[in-house]
Amino acid sequence: MKRLLALAAASVLALAAMPAAAQIKIGFIATFSGPGAALGQDLYDAFMLGIDHAGGKLGGQAVEVIKEDDQLKPEVGVQIARKLIEKDRVQIVTGVIFSNVMMAIHKPITDAGVFFIGSNAGPTPLTGKGCSRYFFSTAWNNDSLHEPMGKLATDLGYKRIYVLAPNYQAGKDAINGFKRYFKGRIIDEVYTQVNQPDYAAEIAQAAAAKPDAVYVFYPGGMGINFVRQYQQAGLLGKLPLLSTATIDGTTLPAIKEAALGAITASPYSPDLDNPQNKRFVADFQKKYGRIPSWFAAQSYDAAQLLSSALRRTKGDLTNKERFRAALKAADFKSVTGPFRFNTNQFPIRNYYRVDVVKDASGQPAFANKGVVFKNHADNYSKECPLK
Amino acid sequence: MTSSLFFTQLLNGLQLGILLFLLSAGLTLVFGIMNFVNLAHGSLYMMGAYFAAAAYRWSGSFIVAGLIAVPATLALGLAVERVALARLYSRDHLDQVLTTFGLILIFNEVVRFVWGSAPVYMNVPSALAGTVSLFGLPYSAYRFAIIAVGLAVGAGLYLLIHRTRIGMLIRAGAANGAMVAALGVNIRLLNSLVFGLGAALAALAGLMAGPIFAVQPGMGEPILILTLVVIITGGIGSIRGAFYGALLVGVVDTVGRAFLPGILREFFERAIAQAAGPAIASMLIYLLMAVVLALRPKGLFPVKHG
Repeated sequence: MKRLLALAAASVLALAAMPAAAQIKIGFIATFSGPGAALGQDLYDAFMLGIDHAGGKLGGQAVEVIKEDDQLKPEVGVQIARKLIEKDRVQIVTGVIFSNVMMAIHKPITDAGVFFIGSNAGPTPLTGKGCSRYFFSTAWNNDSLHEPMGKLATDLGYKRIYVLAPNYQAGKDAINGFKRYFKGRIIDEVYTQVNQPDYAAEIAQAAAAKPDAVYVFYPGGMGINFVRQYQQAGLLGKLPLLSTATIDGTTLPAIKEAALGAITASPYSPDLDNPQNKRFVADFQKKYGRIPSWFAAQSYDAAQLLSSALRRTKGDLTNKERFRAALKAADFKSVTGPFRFNTNQFPIRNYYRVDVVKDASGQPAFANKGVVFKNHADNYSKECPLK
Repeated sequence: MTSSLFFTQLLNGLQLGILLFLLSAGLTLVFGIMNFVNLAHGSLYMMGAYFAAAAYRWSGSFIVAGLIAVPATLALGLAVERVALARLYSRDHLDQVLTTFGLILIFNEVVRFVWGSAPVYMNVPSALAGTVSLFGLPYSAYRFAIIAVGLAVGAGLYLLIHRTRIGMLIRAGAANGAMVAALGVNIRLLNSLVFGLGAALAALAGLMAGPIFAVQPGMGEPILILTLVVIITGGIGSIRGAFYGALLVGVVDTVGRAFLPGILREFFERAIAQAAGPAIASMLIYLLMAVVLALRPKGLFPVKHG
């Protein structure tokens, strides 16, 4: 009995000696249901791999990740953001695939003084005037994502381009971004219904217009439909297909050889030659049995970024300016290459030409074909009042 | 606009129509004969596509994929009909909509659970991977195959409905189910048969669509909407209506999408045409449906009663 009491007393003492803030709570918001679910899963898996690589912690701090599904619905996003802030009392939120959800939850989260590391969606209003000191992105601004392909199309000597995108805001942003650096002529701009399954009509029109190349932005399942049908129409290889956010790590497994020969522009390629990326790709493949997409890369970077900042402040988030400065330093090695933050707290980063080619085993894979933009900043940072 | 391009677009419309026909034929029978609103028809199409993709990956053969996917979906359809739907035939349409909508959600989650959220891979059979030259414009050989399969199914259904005893009962059931039952026909068995036929046709559509469209959770919903437009335009319960309705919807949709933006540009400024073109093109089939309903409330080829 006496021994037991002593043991109890010792354990109480031991508990008391532990630091008060034992755990950092992180809210993870992404789309985990519906057609966008594959993207959310990639984001989440990579973030958890980032925690694994940091020794099951971030910056030496124990973390608890609370995963929530926004269902691609802005109103659901707001609900879960409130729940994470008010009930779970998270100190950090990360994730978010889609811009409409991002637009809805950005303000409630940053107004509450909660740090928000966006790892995908980058709607333009948040890049410019609407930037926040509590918001950091490890991804890009929506239309700067499409600027590299405009530049690349110019560099490749294409004079007449036919462009297609879905008829919604991100589709129009994509075409605007493309046009900003494309010097040739756009012979037609076609906007199709969102989630349209069949593109035979549009593809026949495009081929009949005899352009030098076709540029498309068709994320998710739309991209699979378009690229397959483009190849089945016998155009791939004859009429160059340029794309961004269409053939990526999440869609290539469903398109496979129908994408061979496609040219894409991307902030990431799985074959980027840096040690941190080699480790990331190898372990991602080992753990989840697939090649990481750029979504995954950005989310892994978010984990690395948080780890670096928490290490600098030793897990202290009470002094917000200090933690913000620690984030802003971006003291980590991004798997996507050079990475630093602009004044609007969006990255200044490289964009690559990434082609779909056969790898050593004869399987279609992404191959980095050089840098299109080195240390590229978006067009809106000057409108952001932050210093 | 050249005539060969116009011809290609007509062919594209025909092919989309044929694919829609495979789906609508089953749905219109279930709707017309059993007076049952089956929103889960799109889910059967999705299951057909997934079974086909899985069988294709396992066997590497498109034919084997079809031989597995169609019977598997048929069995699944019959099981669902027996377990969940048969007791709803006498109920209100709203109850049927609620239940079959629930089935959509269940099937989508089951698919996600088994195959994951990411779209799965399926390719055209290598014999049909190439293109056929049509007046100098290449056309996908696989899409020709879809047209051939669809026409064969259409002919088969025509023979089944108009030349066999079962077909006679189906037609009679569509015209007056209560009277058929009163004459001693096992209407329960007939219902199962019709539902199973619908499921098998949905699976065939899923198989044919697998290499063209992304095989992913929720793939049945956008196509179900088109299918509903088809059967309402064609006349509910009529296979002939489904056939012509599908071709009409396919051609109007395709030709509208292809040429309307260009035509609008002749009359309006570029910016207006660019904004209005896709919006109007995507509305065209609904306008078509509205016009048909205004002129012929029972659709183009209504089932004759009495």
